[in-house]
Amino acid sequence: MVRKLSTRRRHPLAGFVVLLFALVVAGGLYSAFRPAVADESGKSDAQLIAEGRQLYEVGCASCHGLNAEGIITERGKNIGPPLIGVGAAAVDFQVSTGRMPMARPDTQAPDKPRTYDEGEVDKLAAYIASLGPGPAIPDPEYYDVSEATDEQIARGGEFFRTNCTACHNFAGVGGALPEGRYAPSLHGVEPIHIYEAMLTGPQQMPVFSDEVLTPLQKRDVIAYIKTLEDQTAYGGLELGSRGPVGEGLWGWTFGIGALVLAAVWIANNGVRAERKKP
Amino acid sequence: MSSSTAARSKAGAASRSTAGVVTWLDERLGIGALTKKQLRKVFPDHWSFMLGEIALWSFVILLLTGTFLSFWFKPSMAEVEYMGSYANLRGLHMSEAYASTLDLSFDVRGGLLMRQMHHWSANLFLASMTIHMLRVFFTGAFRKPRELNWMIGLALLMLGIIEGFAGYSLPDDLLSGTGLRIAQGLMLSIPVVGSYISFFVFGGEFPGDDFIPRLYTVHVLLVPGILLALITAHMLLLVYHKHTQFPGPGRTNNNVVGFPLMPVYMAKAGGFFFIVFGVTALMGGLLQINPIWMYGPYNPAEVTAGSQPDWYMGWLEGGLRIMPNWETNLWGYTLSWNVLIPGVLLLGVLFALLAFYPFIERWITGDDREHHLLERPRNAPTRTAFGVAGMTAYALLWIAGGNDILAYEFGLSLNAITYFMRVAIFVVPVLAFIITRRWCLSLQRHDREVVLHGYETGVIVRSPDGSYAEIHRPINPVRAYELTMHEQHTPVEAPAASDANGVPAPAQGKERLRSRLSHFWYADDVSKPTKEELEAAAHHATNGSHALEDGHGPASGNGAHLGIETSGIVGGQDFGLEQKPKAP
Amino acid sequence: MSDDGQHDTPGTGSNGAGDNSLLPIGPQEPLDNPGVPEHQPRPTDVDPALERRAERQVAAMFVVGAVMALAFCVAYFLFDPHPETGETALGVGASNLALGVTLGLSLLLIGLGAIQWARKLMADHEMIEYRHSAASTVEDRQEAIAAFQAGSEESGLGRRKLIRNSLLASMAMLGLPAVVLLRDLGPLPGVKLEQTVWRRGMRVVSDVSGRAIRPSEVPIGQLINAEPAVFFEHAEEFEGNELLNEKAKAAVIVVRMPPEEYTPYPARRDWDVEGILCYSKICPHVGCPISLYEQQTHHVLCPCHQSTFDLANNGVVLFGPASRNLPQLPLGVDGEGYLIAMSGFQEPVGASFWERG
Repeated sequence: MVRKLSTRRRHPLAGFVVLLFALVVAGGLYSAFRPAVADESGKSDAQLIAEGRQLYEVGCASCHGLNAEGIITERGKNIGPPLIGVGAAAVDFQVSTGRMPMARPDTQAPDKPRTYDEGEVDKLAAYIASLGPGPAIPDPEYYDVSEATDEQIARGGEFFRTNCTACHNFAGVGGALPEGRYAPSLHGVEPIHIYEAMLTGPQQMPVFSDEVLTPLQKRDVIAYIKTLEDQTAYGGLELGSRGPVGEGLWGWTFGIGALVLAAVWIANNGVRAERKKP
Repeated sequence: MSSSTAARSKAGAASRSTAGVVTWLDERLGIGALTKKQLRKVFPDHWSFMLGEIALWSFVILLLTGTFLSFWFKPSMAEVEYMGSYANLRGLHMSEAYASTLDLSFDVRGGLLMRQMHHWSANLFLASMTIHMLRVFFTGAFRKPRELNWMIGLALLMLGIIEGFAGYSLPDDLLSGTGLRIAQGLMLSIPVVGSYISFFVFGGEFPGDDFIPRLYTVHVLLVPGILLALITAHMLLLVYHKHTQFPGPGRTNNNVVGFPLMPVYMAKAGGFFFIVFGVTALMGGLLQINPIWMYGPYNPAEVTAGSQPDWYMGWLEGGLRIMPNWETNLWGYTLSWNVLIPGVLLLGVLFALLAFYPFIERWITGDDREHHLLERPRNAPTRTAFGVAGMTAYALLWIAGGNDILAYEFGLSLNAITYFMRVAIFVVPVLAFIITRRWCLSLQRHDREVVLHGYETGVIVRSPDGSYAEIHRPINPVRAYELTMHEQHTPVEAPAASDANGVPAPAQGKERLRSRLSHFWYADDVSKPTKEELEAAAHHATNGSHALEDGHGPASGNGAHLGIETSGIVGGQDFGLEQKPKAP
Repeated sequence: MSDDGQHDTPGTGSNGAGDNSLLPIGPQEPLDNPGVPEHQPRPTDVDPALERRAERQVAAMFVVGAVMALAFCVAYFLFDPHPETGETALGVGASNLALGVTLGLSLLLIGLGAIQWARKLMADHEMIEYRHSAASTVEDRQEAIAAFQAGSEESGLGRRKLIRNSLLASMAMLGLPAVVLLRDLGPLPGVKLEQTVWRRGMRVVSDVSGRAIRPSEVPIGQLINAEPAVFFEHAEEFEGNELLNEKAKAAVIVVRMPPEEYTPYPARRDWDVEGILCYSKICPHVGCPISLYEQQTHHVLCPCHQSTFDLANNGVVLFGPASRNLPQLPLGVDGEGYLIAMSGFQEPVGASFWERG
């Protein structure tokens, strides 16, 4: 056998066979050990949940508890709220916008560059969703606003002014809340995240459930917000869209400033000649 | 030769035709006598004398742009369905006022520009009136004989605020409706008659159908009419009293030095009108103001973060925000101090204080003379300090009125700002008063030093014995005159408590109060150099320079000090400095 | 408007002492008045080249101003102001921008030109005009007083007290018609400030959409900006501002919190439905709608003046200028399982007023 192999070692096809064999082995090894991200669809939910739990234990459990039951200190301080029943939508919003994980418990979690990629967020979401029923990540048809009609946008504006402007301002640029908290700007926020925020009520924001503000109505609101984002400022520079405070500031600085300069110029007697009139 | 003759005859023709026009008018209107006096009327030149002019020209711009707006604006609260060209609001129900404002902005060419110019102009109108008032206050231009004109000016400011608020409220957008709701809350807080006032003003419940048409009449007829009449009176009094001037060489309480109305001030004032108009137009074109399409139509169940009034109402808004929540309930009736004090009384108190200020100051100082020369703020330290304290309080209220914007923009706590302001509104103006007063007195002292000892050159010389001293250079006589021609105030003394026979003088308490206040007002003033002191200083300087030559260092005997340039005796050359020729 | 009309030019020996109808201010000045400084000519006064240049500058400003006015007219017809079809430039509406800039520059250049003209080319000799006291001469004043007294005497206003007093009385009475005439500006308040359209059994529905609400559809942390169902069911009764008038009093917010976090007054124990609570949306300070609800603290903030109320504790004021608690509406569920009001508001909503008590 060994001799047989050794005799055929110099066969013209030998190199080809070895290469084929090596490829098969490498492929098999790769399929056995390749990174899980590459193929989620083929994976069972149980696997996703298990991997999500691992991520959770590393990145989240220190504040939200080993079993997502939340941690409240003896003095009543809420280190991290329970996550049972918050649903996949909440996880997707909090983690995809970078709000979670937080460096330390604070009054407000600001958005920042995300630390988990999409696959990891899916795993975390799957794990949290498995703990109790909660809002799922919405279907794209409810936040895709590319096809929104004028009528839908106008109606979305009505809902926006009734439910959102009190905190987020008429232009969606945000506003102050008590004790140093604030409602963030809505500009540049992904439609799916606006939807999830309404659905899950992150931090101090109240919930606007799908039964009370239906998915289609939410889509209209998002469509309106998106028009605010890229709307032409028909009257010139927007001065921060903060209403009359910014306008007053510009009136005093630019307007009165320019006119006082003009007055100084008018009243100034200017240069005098060195020599007398001939 | 022939061309110059032609030019002369042309000029002759022109003057003949002018004479013809004037004669024609004079025979009918008798304008000769008036024109003779007023055409070459003299106005003094100073930039701060033009601040009121900004307000005057803004008023003209407001009339022009406002008339344009009135051709399209429909002052009606009737409900319509908007079908105009702004898609985001199409199909919504709104008042005709709001819909017509949208049409004016998007369907009338130049309509948005006129709206924005009108709004910017209103902001500038009130801002320029405010700084004009501050100029008049800080220079003492309100003193006799101008007290009545000061009060007319205040009436103009107050009406301007009302007019501005009315204009802000007319488009019936979400912000203006919120403002009206607050105004209704203020009306309701008025004791006894509050709810009646509200029902009469709004024609029933808020918002009702009547308010915008009523407000429109007030905004375009009533208030502008009164404003126009008061502005006319303000200007006539200005012409009659002649403009005040800053003290200076040749400028006395008996004259006014400046340039004639025709041609210089016609060109300067007329040119300034176009500049104000031009700046307003540029602002209207470049800077978006009051984008009502973003706010949406008024709906009493909607509100936006950052609901603020225009800047001139901001201090009242601030008062409302920082007021503690006091309310009294007596025998089934409610007194809402939390609204009444900042919303209704504060405005009245401020304007009453300002209106009576000239008379209060006059009583305290006992000064009944006419004043046409302005006072430098430092030479009236107590007045200046009151003014700065008032400005500080105003600014704090202003800041409090934007506390939510501040909290958001700078990451502060809304509550902390409010608590801070509740204390600061009482403490900071007092501090501002003390600091300003001391600052003014220091400046007075500095003026005295400069006149007596010259100004500091920053040049250090070492004397032969090794000591160092800074060279003081004399100031020129014109400057010295400017620094010494102000009034030296003396406090009013209380009359003797009783006369020679021991009978107590009547109204003694009042006089003593007055004397005490007068001492507070003036007693700390630095006395300006007298003729003798100036002569002594000049003498000392001359000797001092010799002393330097004698080898006695200037540090030993203030020898480097001298006051005013004179033609021959002293000069910088004594210290080896070049003396530049100065304007006489 | 009398005026001495005396003018003087400096350098003629006058130092402004002139006609001395006013007393000099204060004690003797320590330094003598040096008089108005001698006139100094400007470069344009002495250099014809500079003068011509200034002339050209002024004319150029006027010409460019005229061109800008023409450009305004071009921009007027060139650009479309409509939001959908209109052009944009630099991200802003082109019509407004072009009109504003051309008009602004046109006006500004006229102004700048006129002032440059005055500064550089018009005669700039300072002039002195003498003041007179604001008061008339003593003789004039005495004559005026005498004239007034003579007139007053001839009318007999002082002597005939009956006529004078009856005239004053009738003039004073004229104030009454002026006031009474304003009576029909509006109806009397009556009880309108104290009542809303809320009645026992009226459904609480979402604002804008008018959807009735089942408790099961309201998760913890929910905020619903709500209205009485009557606005939607009987829309024909609430036309135009009738609707706004009622909305201005009847708007409410519905929130849900964990029942254990809610501490009602004893009388309000059954005002919630499993932690679902309903409060007035109208701030009791000056009437702004409030719906800045923080779902974790259960505080609601007014965006106008920052009054803060604790919805978990009967709407009491925590902060800010409001002195009244936020009125609460008792909730229940009707036969079909929808949220309803169990009564109207038990106190007036909105800003305080005198008769409120």
